[in-house]
Amino acid sequence: MEYFTQQLINGVTLGSIYGLIAIGYTMVYGIIGMINFAHGEVYMIGAFVSMITFLILTMIGGVWLPLALLAALIMAMLFTSIWGWTIERMAYRPLRGSFRLAPLISAIGMSIFLQNLVQVLQGARVKPMQALISGGFEIMEKDGFTVTISYLQIFIIILTIVLMTIFTLIINKTSLGRAQRATEQDRTMAALIGVNVDRTISTTFVMGAALAAVAGLMVTLYYGVIDFYIGFLAGMKAFTAAVLGGIGSLPGAMLGGLLIGLIEAFWSGYFTIEYKDVAAFSILVLVLIFRPTGLLGKPEIEKV
Amino acid sequence: MLKFTDVHTHYGSIEALKGINIEVNEGEIVTLIGANGAGKTTTLMTMCGLPQASSGTVTFEGEDITKKPTDQIVSNGIAVSPEGRRIFSRMTVYENLQMGAITTDPKYFDEDLERVYKLFPRLQERLDQRGGTLSGGEQQMLAIGRALMARPRMLLLDEPSLGLAPLVVRQIFEIIKEINEKEKMTVFLVEQNAFHALKLAHRGYVLVNGEVTMSGTGEELLASKEVRAAYLEGGH
Ligand SMILES: Nc1ncnc2c1ncn2[C@@H]1O[C@H](COP(=O)(O)OP(=O)(O)OP(=O)(O)O)[C@@H](O)[C@H]1O
Ligand SMILES: [Mg+2]
Repeated sequence: MEYFTQQLINGVTLGSIYGLIAIGYTMVYGIIGMINFAHGEVYMIGAFVSMITFLILTMIGGVWLPLALLAALIMAMLFTSIWGWTIERMAYRPLRGSFRLAPLISAIGMSIFLQNLVQVLQGARVKPMQALISGGFEIMEKDGFTVTISYLQIFIIILTIVLMTIFTLIINKTSLGRAQRATEQDRTMAALIGVNVDRTISTTFVMGAALAAVAGLMVTLYYGVIDFYIGFLAGMKAFTAAVLGGIGSLPGAMLGGLLIGLIEAFWSGYFTIEYKDVAAFSILVLVLIFRPTGLLGKPEIEKV
Repeated sequence: MLKFTDVHTHYGSIEALKGINIEVNEGEIVTLIGANGAGKTTTLMTMCGLPQASSGTVTFEGEDITKKPTDQIVSNGIAVSPEGRRIFSRMTVYENLQMGAITTDPKYFDEDLERVYKLFPRLQERLDQRGGTLSGGEQQMLAIGRALMARPRMLLLDEPSLGLAPLVVRQIFEIIKEINEKEKMTVFLVEQNAFHALKLAHRGYVLVNGEVTMSGTGEELLASKEVRAAYLEGGH
């Protein structure tokens, strides 16, 4: 039971991170019907920018921790937003209306470019960082096994809940959200009711990128090591999460992220750590066989 | 209010409009009739810049809007109920109406909603129903209601009678007339249903293969031999 609780806490933490990245996939898919293959790299850049910000602040010294976190968050979001915007402008918009595979190929090109860019600028070696937030609560103890939830885990989970709430409100209640949903359903009609479709699509990329930046920051703090290649696997898993939850669905991405995090934590906790990725992908295959639209994806009911 | 001067519109190399001149004055209902593929929808969509005219000019209230982006044209007083209605099918009736109001000041929302409810009580009964599950007539009402939510000064309607039972068609046309008379709304109406459209409209144009071949008051066109032969034979 104690062991189970511990894995649960770890799984939810991991799931929060995947969920935040998955939202970017799902929102972009929702609005342009295509996967942003460079999204994993955006997350990787978020991680690097956070780490660099922390290093600079440590060098300056004497910066209050919450302030340092906030600074890293803002810097990471700023940089990834610029990249999110650039990816849309360079890899997607010029190819809108051309055949469907074209933008995917250009996005993969973008992704390789970003990996190499970071590799050149930062080197290929793994970057370590000292732990900034340490300590935690001991929740229960039995037979020498202590269940702990670290302050960092609490920080990650709470920040995720806050961000997801804000995003849900934006999509459901604001005129930006309405413009996004209209563009998602019928781009021509959206333009006809006065939506600036190009700007709405750009904004969607930027919003997804900003969330990926938060995930990047979290990973930097949580694992303390990053390299230029982390975007690939995290991107794959978050994409899996988005598909598992039902691509295009915001709650779906959150649920999918949570599930992938839990599967990974429990698999490595009870079976073997080697096959944790296989486990996540196998569950995806199973779900798609029985529910092709994902867990919360809705089948199209349309009458024309 | 709205004026086409020698407008040509192309789809790739196909010339759909071959130099047309059309004018709609404030407070009028003007109808455009013509056979399938004549270019009626193209004319209406060229007003919204989707597609843009390849040559000639489109002016709205004296301003040249030929090359303006669609979202700016429609936020400036034009609203459309397009061909095929294009209801947001996964949104509810209420959300569709909200979408119509996306460019307006939120302070008008309740008032505008009341106006739409008054014109289309059916919509008020079905606020939480998904757009895609409405009947054809209800979808048409919603498409017009959504357009009205934008508080336009000019309303563009593309075949609002298509696929509707005669009774519903009459109802829709009554409402168009009411909006025009009571609210002084300018209406540009594209129709296949030439008889009803010409009876309703102050003036009309006949479009054949991308060219305007005739124009006049509704009564004149209704009385014209050519119009009768081409568009009114076989009933009504
Ligand atoms: N997107 C498009 N691409 C290529 N050609 C088009 C396109 N839209 C319309 N056309 C062509 O332009 C011409 C005019 O079409 P339009 O839709 O304006 O006709 P219409 O008068 O509205 O016909 P209907 O009564 O059938 O709606 C037709 O020959 C049509 O095939
Ligand atoms: Mg048409």
